[in-house]
Amino acid sequence: MSAPRRLVVARFLRRPAAVAGLVVIVLFVSVAVLAPLIAPFDPVATSWSAIRKAPSAAHWMGTDENGRDVLSRVVFGARASLLAGVVSVLIAAGIGVPAGLLAGFSGGWIDAVLSRLVDAMLACPFLILAIALTAFLGPDLTNAMIAIGVSTAPRFMRVARAATLEVGSADYVQAAWSIGNPGWRVAVRHVAPNIVPPVLVQATLSLAAAIIAEASLSFLGLGQQPPSPSWGSMLNAAQRFLTQAPWLAVFPGVAIFLCVLSFNLVGDGLRDALDPRGS
Amino acid sequence: MRFGLGGRIAQIVPTLILVSVLVFCLQQLMPGDPALVLAGEERGDPRVVAQIRAELWLDRSLPVQYLHWVGNVAQGNLGYSWRTRQPVSQLVAQKLPVTAQLGVMAFVIAVLIGVPTGVVAAVKRNGPWDYVANAIGLAGLSMPNFWLGIMLILLVSVHLGWLPPSGYVPLSEDVSQSLATTIMPAFVLGNAIAAILMRHTRSAMLSTLDQDYVRTARAKGLSEMWVILRHALRNALIPVVTLGTLELGTLLSGAVLTEQVFSIPGFGKMVVDAVFNRDYPVVQGVVLVTAFLFVVLNLLADILYVLINPRLRRA
Repeated sequence: MSAPRRLVVARFLRRPAAVAGLVVIVLFVSVAVLAPLIAPFDPVATSWSAIRKAPSAAHWMGTDENGRDVLSRVVFGARASLLAGVVSVLIAAGIGVPAGLLAGFSGGWIDAVLSRLVDAMLACPFLILAIALTAFLGPDLTNAMIAIGVSTAPRFMRVARAATLEVGSADYVQAAWSIGNPGWRVAVRHVAPNIVPPVLVQATLSLAAAIIAEASLSFLGLGQQPPSPSWGSMLNAAQRFLTQAPWLAVFPGVAIFLCVLSFNLVGDGLRDALDPRGS
Repeated sequence: MRFGLGGRIAQIVPTLILVSVLVFCLQQLMPGDPALVLAGEERGDPRVVAQIRAELWLDRSLPVQYLHWVGNVAQGNLGYSWRTRQPVSQLVAQKLPVTAQLGVMAFVIAVLIGVPTGVVAAVKRNGPWDYVANAIGLAGLSMPNFWLGIMLILLVSVHLGWLPPSGYVPLSEDVSQSLATTIMPAFVLGNAIAAILMRHTRSAMLSTLDQDYVRTARAKGLSEMWVILRHALRNALIPVVTLGTLELGTLLSGAVLTEQVFSIPGFGKMVVDAVFNRDYPVVQGVVLVTAFLFVVLNLLADILYVLINPRLRRA
């Protein structure tokens, strides 16, 4: 590991909240990957003899309105949430970072057009744009991920553009130009690797936002479709049984909260570690 | 300022045009032929389908369709709901006041929570109060507001029986009932904005507390409370006020979920219902109106920034 990178890691590790966040994320990822091994029951198996049973030794988080084990559904729900978070952030970065690099690097009318387009997209409230996109594409998890990704892309473009403008004026980039490198080579070899830190911070914070967005869309019935488990759709169902089975509303919500909080903690920690002046 | 304002207004024109193009493009994503959907049971009759197509200008080229649509929008015609046949602009005008009431209450709650905690966090920098305020702020940002709403209904309505769990009474009908039905959703909606305001206030206060004029105020022997409120907070609030205005997007996104949880017949609930009814003109109209509101508020925030900051007024 290079010295500056080691310094960043050391600064990150000095922040207990960020480290705690990272531990929780690792835990959630392990749960999502090992879901079939961890979940005590089949998450979609219904049981008419165990409808809306309170938490017990057999069902730690109780059972839902169809007699399904809530713990198993929360465990499998981690898959939908993390998958949606990662895929939509990849889509957003895949569109936003090259566009930002292009805008910042070429300037002129390309920059003007792309920047106005970003202004226009950012003018539509994030969730309303995502809802509208899912409405037109049709409600399912894949379309929800596309909608969240496309709605998040302008944020990545802004970050990548600002970072490109900053890096572009650095001495080493000027040096790369002066020895006669073609433009694309300067952009790809010299500028792109150096805009990674702010993009990484944006990605972590966007993951938190994307997980909430997926849960929101699923809560509205526009994301993961039943009977497949998702934290958001579990909360939607739970709302109908608040008086009879309050536990249904507690556990999926705690899972979303912990997961999002962890990504926010890691994002804040990363930002402070990468830019100690800013903190 | 006058030159700046003119330039700023000129700048929003291309943004608004692009917003309209984006919203128009949404329609093109729609699966299937809208004329067939609208024809309903008469979809087998090619004459009916052709007539609908001609009425909606669907038989023209895309640029012509766009110009026709945008011309209507400019005259306040956002199209007609496919379900109720009511004009979309009328639907929006009916629902917007409900969401506006919720939004104003949420904003007041957010300021009442966010600004004082931000001030305390900055004044007691790196102390236990700072950590507590930061932790609450981060929790507020990480909490999905629909879940907070469900938990509040569980506690306040189901267990304690203090407030109705859902429904809405307009202010014009009964003020106390109206407040009773909206206070919980307004708190849920205000919570996320309070967290953002807290963070902004804290960082703005931290930078003003280091300024010379604050040191001078202290040096002349003013009480610490007076220095903080009269000298530091007054200046720190300048960026906070404008940033607060920009939280409209958070507010509208949040309203979609909050209104769903508390069954409030506002703007947000209208979008969700329209999505489920495949009432695309309504979805399109809502996106357009929110984006337009956002751009205009952005402009107002800029003007406000200049108006409340005397140093910029002369520039």
